[in-house]
Amino acid sequence: MSDDTAREEDHKAGPQAAPAIDDDIAAAVVEQFPGTIFHESHAQPVVYVARESWLDVARFLRDEQQFTQCLDVTAVDHLVDAARAVPDGVGPERFEVVANFLSHPRNRRIRAICEVPATDPRVASLCELFPGVNYAEREVYDLFGIAFDGHPDLSRILMPDDWEGFPLRKDDAPARVPVTFKEDPSP
Amino acid sequence: MSATDLPDGDRLQRQTDEGAQEMRPTERELVVTGMPWPERERDGDTMIINMGPQHPSTHGVLRLMMELDGETVMRVKPVVGYLHTGMEKTGEELTYVQGGTNVTRMDYASPLGNELVYSMAVERLLDLELPPRATWIRMFMVELNRMASHLLFQATNGMDLGAISMMLYGWREREVTLRLLETITGLRMNHNYIRPGGVAADLPDGWEEETLECCDLVERGVREYDELLTENPIWLQRMMGVGTITTEQALALGASGPILRSTGFPWDLRRAQPYLHYDEVDFDVVYTENGDCFDRYRIRLYEILESIKIVKQCVEKMPLGDYRIQDRKVTPPPRARIDESMEALIHHFKLFTEGFKVPAGETYVAIESPRGEIGCYLVSDGTGKPVRLHIRGPSFYNLQTAGPMAEGSLVADAVAIISSVDPIMGEVDR
Repeated sequence: MSDDTAREEDHKAGPQAAPAIDDDIAAAVVEQFPGTIFHESHAQPVVYVARESWLDVARFLRDEQQFTQCLDVTAVDHLVDAARAVPDGVGPERFEVVANFLSHPRNRRIRAICEVPATDPRVASLCELFPGVNYAEREVYDLFGIAFDGHPDLSRILMPDDWEGFPLRKDDAPARVPVTFKEDPSP
Repeated sequence: MSATDLPDGDRLQRQTDEGAQEMRPTERELVVTGMPWPERERDGDTMIINMGPQHPSTHGVLRLMMELDGETVMRVKPVVGYLHTGMEKTGEELTYVQGGTNVTRMDYASPLGNELVYSMAVERLLDLELPPRATWIRMFMVELNRMASHLLFQATNGMDLGAISMMLYGWREREVTLRLLETITGLRMNHNYIRPGGVAADLPDGWEEETLECCDLVERGVREYDELLTENPIWLQRMMGVGTITTEQALALGASGPILRSTGFPWDLRRAQPYLHYDEVDFDVVYTENGDCFDRYRIRLYEILESIKIVKQCVEKMPLGDYRIQDRKVTPPPRARIDESMEALIHHFKLFTEGFKVPAGETYVAIESPRGEIGCYLVSDGTGKPVRLHIRGPSFYNLQTAGPMAEGSLVADAVAIISSVDPIMGEVDR
């Protein structure tokens, strides 16, 4: 990102330092958990949650806000776009763990994002609250190497058990394992 | 099983027609708590056997580790990953134009659903508004695909339970649908027809007649299956009361689609959070109360009829106009323009060599695929390739229900249960 863009964004962030949160659920989350940052991403409410309160936010959403399902847990590796634009107040880290919640009774969605540093890639597991994220967290562990504390069976799910490395990390080269074809002359 | 267990015709009818319009029957308390299954007591010797990965009833390459006590299943652990080809990683290497060819191969029984959710995610990041014909064509195609997918289920489900003739019947009707899809998109499967910015081509001449003909054939087929299976005592004994699951369990395990609807919970994103033009067409959300294999079979059977209903309305209401957005940065110019216009040539060249750039941002888009909620989480950093392309495959989550459903049942029932989950391994493993 060039310097110009960065300055322009500083400028933009100036007048709207404390944006009003027009999503009541997100507002409740932000009120309940100091340090949580609200962000509206293409008309979808997103909360950036501190790593310590990851499990508590999920519990709050489930017990107090009727979020009946955690639909998806996934992660993003921001190694190559480390200078990305994040909402004010969020300390960008290399990994982001993303959870999508759905409330059937209220017909609402919310997304929670947690910044996870590369030096200590771990976050609390949501399995005890939403057993359905079991596979999803295993997948994130398998492909990104992010550990989920309290997960009942944290093992590889898609890759072979003896695989080394975490394929969806940006520094994991896709062609690391050579594929030789029968017709090819050996190198 | 006694005669009173048989479903009376009235109840079947009532469960598919009435009440389906009501979308949120959630007066009941629905705070889902942790794992609701008690530890099963084990006595005597148990044996662990593998079913799969090369087992005909595992729909591809699924391996089930089963702990058996005699003929009773104590525990089931699905082992997946045999079809993992790193499609999400591949998605990061492809431009947004190429991305459709990748995602379409995930859920290969309903490729258009994957393309739709991917295209909608890209369009949301681009902030594009599509012409109405494009969105109507999309809805039309996705519903045709839902028919094909559920017909595939009817075929394989019949085969798994020993109704081999069902396999042939299901395949026969599915082929009719696929032939129509081929007429429109050029391919039977993996169409890459729905693309960011619209669809690849306009509907061909005479598509209305062919569609109605296809609908008639499929409808006749569905009536035939209904007659053949729904009140067939052998079928009922294999299916009714087998693999039951409650709404709370299904929700806790992240299940969606027919599995969730079979528990008496009429949740369908087409109705609850309408996208495309689902709020402008008339259809029912099919749901049943018992949450067993038979209900899941029945829901998928009647959903074919609902899809036919939507397809016919699409034929009626299809607006005229453009089938894609006229933005040369996103969609290619018509072939004829390339010969006469330098700009068109440049646009065409740029689009197919480096694609288009998508503004930085992240979004999650969800639609109702034949198997449940399929979601696309897309992260862009402002370049021509996504930083992260994640598909929330409904089968991946639905497969988790197979274990709890099969616990305590017989081995033969486990086959029926896996079949009724309808997992597509391409989507589970990606």
